[in-house]
Amino acid sequence: MAFVDPGQIRDADAGQKGDVLLRVEDVSLSFGGVKAITAISFDIKQGEIRAIIGPNGAGKTSMLNVINGFYHPQEGEIWFRGKKRKALKPHQIANEGIARTFQNIALFKGMSTLDNIMTGRLTKMKKNMFWQAIWRGPAEREEIEHREVVERIIDFLEIQHIRKTSVGRLPYGLQKRVELGRALAAEPALLLLDEPMAGMNVEEKEDMSRFIIDVNQQFGTTIALIEHDMGVVMDLSDRVVVLDYGKKIGDGPPDEVRRNQDVIDAYLGVAHD
Amino acid sequence: MAFFDVFFWEVVVSGLLAGVMYSLVALGFVLIFKASGIFNFAQGVLALFAALTLVGFQTGQVPFSHLINAVLGTNIQHWGEGTHTFLAIVLTLLVMIGLAWLIVRLALSKLVNQEGIILFMATIGLAYVLEGLGDIMWGADVKTLDVGLPTGPSDTIIDATGMFVEKLEIAAAIVAVLLVVSLTIFSQYTKMGRALRAVADDHQAALSVGISLETIWWVVWSVAGIVALVAGVMWGAKSGVQFSLSLIALKALPVLMLGGFTSIPGAIIGGLIIGVGEKLFEIYLGPMLGGATENWFAYMLALVFLLFRPQGLFGERIIERV
Ligand SMILES: Nc1ncnc2c1ncn2[C@@H]1O[C@H](COP(=O)(O)OP(=O)(O)O)[C@@H](O)[C@H]1O
Ligand SMILES: [Mg+2]
Repeated sequence: MAFVDPGQIRDADAGQKGDVLLRVEDVSLSFGGVKAITAISFDIKQGEIRAIIGPNGAGKTSMLNVINGFYHPQEGEIWFRGKKRKALKPHQIANEGIARTFQNIALFKGMSTLDNIMTGRLTKMKKNMFWQAIWRGPAEREEIEHREVVERIIDFLEIQHIRKTSVGRLPYGLQKRVELGRALAAEPALLLLDEPMAGMNVEEKEDMSRFIIDVNQQFGTTIALIEHDMGVVMDLSDRVVVLDYGKKIGDGPPDEVRRNQDVIDAYLGVAHD
Repeated sequence: MAFFDVFFWEVVVSGLLAGVMYSLVALGFVLIFKASGIFNFAQGVLALFAALTLVGFQTGQVPFSHLINAVLGTNIQHWGEGTHTFLAIVLTLLVMIGLAWLIVRLALSKLVNQEGIILFMATIGLAYVLEGLGDIMWGADVKTLDVGLPTGPSDTIIDATGMFVEKLEIAAAIVAVLLVVSLTIFSQYTKMGRALRAVADDHQAALSVGISLETIWWVVWSVAGIVALVAGVMWGAKSGVQFSLSLIALKALPVLMLGGFTSIPGAIIGGLIIGVGEKLFEIYLGPMLGGATENWFAYMLALVFLLFRPQGLFGERIIERV
């Protein structure tokens, strides 16, 4: 992503469009007796929008939680940028370039829109955090640079009018947008979106779709998207992986997946009756 | 009651100044509770430990001297003249920061995602460990603490109003105000402060933007340790550094019930209300009730208060999610 400078040089690790950015291999995750994910494998390619769909309780959110380190699977491997990933903590994974939003909005309710999005820059300004706590001088300049990036994100998401508003007071749709802004501020290599359009009206959904496409096309950001609205999924995604009861039942381009009998059954509830 | 006589106001002012101390201890609680959801039972002991360490450095006590003497049969107590007060304060700050690191590393980081009650139990354990450690390191005798704060009644105030007010208590109030102002600046205007507020608001979201819980907890416990040092110094300068200091933590409890567990202004105002309330009650109603009401007044006030406003003065309204 390049909110920093148009035409800025891509970071060296970024890889080519179409390379595998992240691979999930044979991952299984259970909570006590509940198997949330059973032996799932799929990959996410550089520059694509990869949708993850499936009925409620299928294991979609759990999969994102595995990818960003909230959950550690009992079995299986995660490969990121061509390397097998060790069991990292979520904040380390954030520093590796994976940002996310949450199904139930998780904003910092007491802070303004601007401050919320500013926290997204933390991975970019870690180094002298301790110094800054004591001595503000040199860090001031850095702060201003980060502010500029954040202002650009605010313009991009068309939320200038709520810059200073405490996010707890914003309507739901705008909160979702601020949350996207916070994730974008990290300039992630991989952006995980958990139902970014749930509970939105048609107009809000259209706006959000447009932002997601723009992020992907203008900045080349790779996106994993959980979404229930099939129309949106068909429009936005390059490839779709379908989960049901923690198992993978389909994987491929949207129109192919739509014709898959297992997928149709899962959505109609046939398979489980 | 004569509301406008000098004596009444003297009681009010001395109550306010005593309340500052409660506020300081309660503030340490709130900081940790906000950032980590931990009810820190050890906050009072932290104040004791800080004061003991400061006196130890100041007077040049050899740490663990009892232990060393018992094992080696020696008789060492001091290693010299002691340290200049300023240096001793800096050293004590470093000790508190190191202690915070140990607490997080050895105990809390092992308990991430545990229930609040388990973390609370851990801090009870911590309180006992710290109390024992303070004893072994510095000895259990009552120590006088002199950090050069002015003492005696303030003549200026006597001349102007006729009230007797201790200079030490005024100094304590000023230091407390400075502390609260710098904490506010720290949390509102620095990156670390922003990260702290983020963790206090939402753990998961904070992790997802790359904030390390362990680092934040370390910072919070360090800050709580510094607040404890200030409280310990003020209290110690007034009534000597002794192990009963750890009991002021219990006075913080009613303060928190009044002010709410998550509110910094609540901690401050709650402390002041209790300070004034218990002094006035003792003076005007105490004689009718057999005296020594200061031992229980704060708890009773908090209980009565709880009946009407369970979330405290400034606490967030408690709404059960269904
Ligand atoms: N932290 C957890 N503890 C226990 N069970 C969980 C937890 N997270 C998810 N699950 C279970 O895992 C399954 C998949 O849930 P989830 O990943 O949220 O599904 P989806 O996002 O597809 O609706 C569900 O049965 C859910 O109850
Ligand atoms: Mg979900």
